[in-house]
This record gives sequence, structure tokens and C-alpha cells, in this order.
Amino acid sequence: MAYAAGVDVGSTQTKAVIVDETGAIVARSLTATGANVIQAAQTAFEEALNEAGLEEREVEYVVGTGYGRYKVTFGNTQVTEISCHGRGAVHMFPDTRTVVDMGGQDTKAIRVSAEGEIIDFCMNDKCAAGTGRFLGAASSALDIPLDELGPTALKGERPVKISTTCTVFAESEVLSWLGKGKKIQDILLGVHQSIAARSAGLLRRVGIEDQVTFTGGVAKNTAMVETLNQRLGLEVNVSDESHYMGALGAALFALDHVLVSRQPAGRGEEVAS
Amino acid sequence: MTGTAMEGLVGRGNADGARLFKEWFSELEQAADDDRGAAYVFVMGSLAELLRCFDFPVVFPEINSLQTAVRHVAHDYLNEAEDYGYSPDICGYVKADVATQLRGGTHPMGRIPRPGLAVYTNACNTYIKWAEIWERMYDCPIVTIDVPGSRAAGLKPGPGHPDFENDRAYVLAQLKELIPLLEEKSGVKFDIDLLREKLGYANTAASGWKRVLELNRAKPSVFNALTDGTIYLGVSNCLRGTPEGARYFDDLVEEMEYKAKEGIGTLTEELYRLIFVGVPCYPIFRRFGELFTEWGGTFVNSTYLWFASGGANEGHQYDLDRPLESLAEGLLLGVRDAMDSMFFQTDPLLEMYESFGADGVVYHPIKSCRTVSTGLADNRRAVMDRADVPSLFIESDMMDRRVVSEAQLKNRIDAFFEGLASRRHKAAAGTTQG
Repeated sequence: MAYAAGVDVGSTQTKAVIVDETGAIVARSLTATGANVIQAAQTAFEEALNEAGLEEREVEYVVGTGYGRYKVTFGNTQVTEISCHGRGAVHMFPDTRTVVDMGGQDTKAIRVSAEGEIIDFCMNDKCAAGTGRFLGAASSALDIPLDELGPTALKGERPVKISTTCTVFAESEVLSWLGKGKKIQDILLGVHQSIAARSAGLLRRVGIEDQVTFTGGVAKNTAMVETLNQRLGLEVNVSDESHYMGALGAALFALDHVLVSRQPAGRGEEVAS
Repeated sequence: MTGTAMEGLVGRGNADGARLFKEWFSELEQAADDDRGAAYVFVMGSLAELLRCFDFPVVFPEINSLQTAVRHVAHDYLNEAEDYGYSPDICGYVKADVATQLRGGTHPMGRIPRPGLAVYTNACNTYIKWAEIWERMYDCPIVTIDVPGSRAAGLKPGPGHPDFENDRAYVLAQLKELIPLLEEKSGVKFDIDLLREKLGYANTAASGWKRVLELNRAKPSVFNALTDGTIYLGVSNCLRGTPEGARYFDDLVEEMEYKAKEGIGTLTEELYRLIFVGVPCYPIFRRFGELFTEWGGTFVNSTYLWFASGGANEGHQYDLDRPLESLAEGLLLGVRDAMDSMFFQTDPLLEMYESFGADGVVYHPIKSCRTVSTGLADNRRAVMDRADVPSLFIESDMMDRRVVSEAQLKNRIDAFFEGLASRRHKAAAGTTQG
């Protein structure tokens, strides 16, 4: 059996995925990126190897992705997370034509072909509003753990209007709503709706084509899924592996290399990335 | 010329351009030392040919400002202007110039003479408000040439058309009103034969510029329109209407024809031919270019080389028998082409994409300039609706490094090239299977 791996070094978390030659995930791992990016990549990869019960030499090709992709020093090559999220989403949901990836500090809207190739993409620029960081600010202001934000927001009935476009000022705005006596669940529902509106704007820039697949760590947030569905007027796909979609895409690109290298000589140049 | 001498041609345009640029700034410094008031002009509709007849030092504040960014000191100038009270949101060129004036003309390329007067068109609305700053600072005359134009895609009435002739008469009347002011401020009597001479030099440079742009259809392309092209553009603007400018473009045509004939490109291997739309990212000018060349991508053309040359890319030839009428005509055509290259890009870009054998289009809107940037998203959409053209949309700035994030730019550029590579492999696989 041949194995390939992808390591996604994101702004807040580093993920690793190992796939077998059929493209099935055999192991995954997640660790905080922290200040030592090289170490984070190494740790995530080693933890995935341990989970799979594999030796490093058994993984024939490794692709690094994410902002820290060039810090995956043991990797064979790098592919952007834009390409990797597109590839991973189409692998999990083959009818995906649009991907929304919400990560720690950026949100991406990606339009993909049936083969998972990128047709168009756009990302938030210069500002972390509409990203996981925005939720982090709300979590901090309200002193509620990140994983309780979604369930709490879903209890909201009268969402407040979050008008600021700045993550830093959002924290002040949340506090000002608290000062006005608004319920926490209504404030949080407003925060989620604000993020969904900004994400929908990014998606419209690339053109929304069904099916839409939601990837990235924020896809685990049930209120974010719900508010995004309402905003888009459709049901987005969410995989249990959404958090690992970038690493999965990277592992699939790595697998391409492994499989092509096993073909007869002269076919190797057909590898895309 | 011998074979060895011909080989020496390669790179001459860049070296001579850099030298001429330095000499031009040295002349400005001398003018500043002599406390001569300069004619301040802008690149779109500069009228440099006319102003040189009165022996004015000609200053291009846009070029001074971008040079502060290229030389990595723009932030000092922007901060100084903002400390003085200018908003972070307004044009970075204006703020760098304000700081230059506040510093008494101190500039990384040498001291810039003060404005003695300013002459500009309404091609950019900021030009007018910018000139008013000099008027307040120096109590100098400022003259707006109102250049009318019919604004619609593909609508290009030319000489002989009643609308065009009316517009020409309107612009000509303004030029005739301008001349006595120039005589008064300079103490030099207008000499129409001298204007003929300047226009003749401009004719040579404009036809050369047009030819150079056309030669980049060669494969591999003979210059990088983003990096090398900006050097040629600087000479086209600063030395407009001078014998040095004319000779430079004669030489440049010779170099580019040689490179095209010999198949000499700018990269070891030219993998992707791209078109650039917008204004360069001057704060990281060299690195910005490398983000593309590292993937084997080069720019074969750029809308910047059209609008920032004031439409000189069209190669308009002045009629030396009717100098002033022809100058009015050139101004009308140049400004219209500069504006059209921003607002009606779709048809020219699609034509260029085909005729230059391009692989993609890179749109680069900037924070500083809404005029250039506002319509780019719509233009891109229009191009993508009409044809299967891969394109990239990246945002930064021409001056302000606070809104330039190399990591973000690189991520998007890398993803764009991954898409181009995938597309090429797919096409190759289709051909093989077919």
C-alpha cells in the first residue's frame, strides 16, 4: 500500500492528513501552530504517523500547504491552501462547484470545476472581519468558550445588528450591546449573521454555483452553518473532515505524485502540481 | 554593426533609461539650486512639448512620488503629510508630493524645484485639487485644460468628424489662451518653429514607443511590461519633446527588433505570458515582479503603459505644418485613449489576449487611486463573461506599504499559477488523448 501526506500550516492551527493509495484518510492530526512553525508541522506529521501506525519512510510524498507551507521542511513540494481546499472539497462532495473556507484569519470563496481545479477565487483582504478571528473576539468579549458559541447563538431570537467591519472594534460593539442589556444569545446570533453576510459577499464575487461546500475550522460551528444556509438560501455541505480539508487536498496532490511515479516512464510530466 | 556590437544592445534600453533619468533629476536639482520656478505637469496630457518652448524645467510630481516608493522611503513622506493633516485615504502621490514641498523639495533623487506654474488637464479629478495645493502654498498660477470627450466603448470620432473638430477648436482656444501666460511667466517669446522642433522629437519617440509595444508580441517577449516597461515609460514622459527622448526610442526599437529577431527573452524559460491591468506595486516593485517571474511568468503588455504614457502608445504623429492645431488634436486623442484604457478595457484586452498569445490577465486595483481601480472588478467580470480568460485579482497600493502584504499577494499569485499549470496540463492531456 502506498501512502501520501498533506500538512496544512494555518495561522492558528496546523493539520496533517495521511491518505492511502485509494485516497481514503488513514490518519489525521491537529496541533496549535504557535511561534515555532517548523516544529508545529513536524509535530502534526509525527502525530498523524503515530495514529496510522506508519514509519515516515512509508509515506512517499508530502505536500505542504497553508501560510506556513514553506516551513514544512520535510515536504516534497508546496501547494496553496486555495487549491487544496478546492481539491479536498470536491473529493468529499464530488458535486461541489463552490467552496467557502473559513479559517483563523481569512475566509476564501473558491469556484471549482468538476475535477477540483480552481476556476476563480477571492479572499478577505487586509481585515479579519468575517473570519474565525471575529468569533474569537466575540468569545473573548463574552467569556464563552469557542465551541459553545454556536449552540448559544442558535438560542437567539432577536439578533442584534453588528455594524462594524473591524474585528478589533467588534469586541467593543459586543460589549456595548451587553451594556444595553441585550441577551448574549442575541448578540452572538448577530455576530454569526454578520460573518455570514461578509462570506456571502465574497462568494458572490466568484459566483455561487450549487453545490456549496463549507470547509475550515469554523465549519464545525453549527450556528455558522445555519446562518450561512439562511443567507445563501441553500444547504451547504459540511464534512466531518471540514477542519482537515486543506490538509486532505494537499495529501491528494501528494498522492498524484505517488501514483504518477509508479506509471511507466514518460508519463510523469502529466502531474499538475 | 558587428555581431559583438549587436549583442551589446541587449539591456541598453534599461541602462540608458536609468542614466537619462538620473541626468534629468540632476537638471531639476540645478533648477532648484537656481530657484527657478518649474512647470508642474502630469503624465496624462502633459503638454511638455509646449512648455519646453519656454525653457521651463518640467516636473512630473507623480513620478517624484512613485520614486519615493521605489526607493523605500514613501512611508516617511506619507506620514509627514498625514501628520500635517492629510487623510490616510487620499492619493499617496499627492501626500508624498505635499511632504516633498514641506521639505523644501528634498527628494531621494535630488532636490525638486518649486512650482512656478502648473498646467494640467481634467483627465484625473485629483489633478485639479492637487494643483490647488500648490496654488495655496506658492501663490502660483494653475491652469486646467478642459479636455472634452465622448465616453462610450468603441466611440472614437477622429479628425474630420464634426464632434472631434468642435472639441479640437475648444482645446485649441485654451492653448492659445495659455501661451501669453507662459510668455509672461518665463519671459520667453513663443516661437512656433521651436514648437515644430519639439513636436518632431515627440513624433519620433511616440512612433518608437508604439513599435516597442508591438514588438512584445514576439515569443519569447522582448521586455517585461511591468518592470522594464516602466523604465521606458519614465523616459517617454520625462524626455517628451527632447532630442534625447527621440534618440532613446530609436535605440530602443533597434534593441527590441534585435531581441525579437534573435529570440532573446527576459526569462530563462518563458512559461506564462501575462497582461497587467492597473498601477504597479511600487513599495515592493522588484519583489512584486519576482512573484510572477519565479513561476516563469512575464508581462507582455500592461494598461499602465497606455494611460501613464498619456496615450503615447497610440503613436500619434503631430502635423508639423499645423503645430498648435495638431497639439490640440494629440491632447484630445491621448487623454481619450488614456481614459478608455481604464474605463473601456474589455475589447482591447480581449484583442490583446489573442494577439499577444497571452495566458492570463492580472488585475491590480490599488487603495490610493479610485479612478484607476473602481471599475476593475466589473471589467474583469465582463472579460470573463465574454471569453475563457484566466485572471487574477489582487489588491495593494502604489505607495503605501501599510496596505501591501507580500504574504497575501504571494498566496494569491501562487494559486493563480497553480490554476494555469493545471489548465495547461489538462489541455495537453486532452490533446494527447484526442
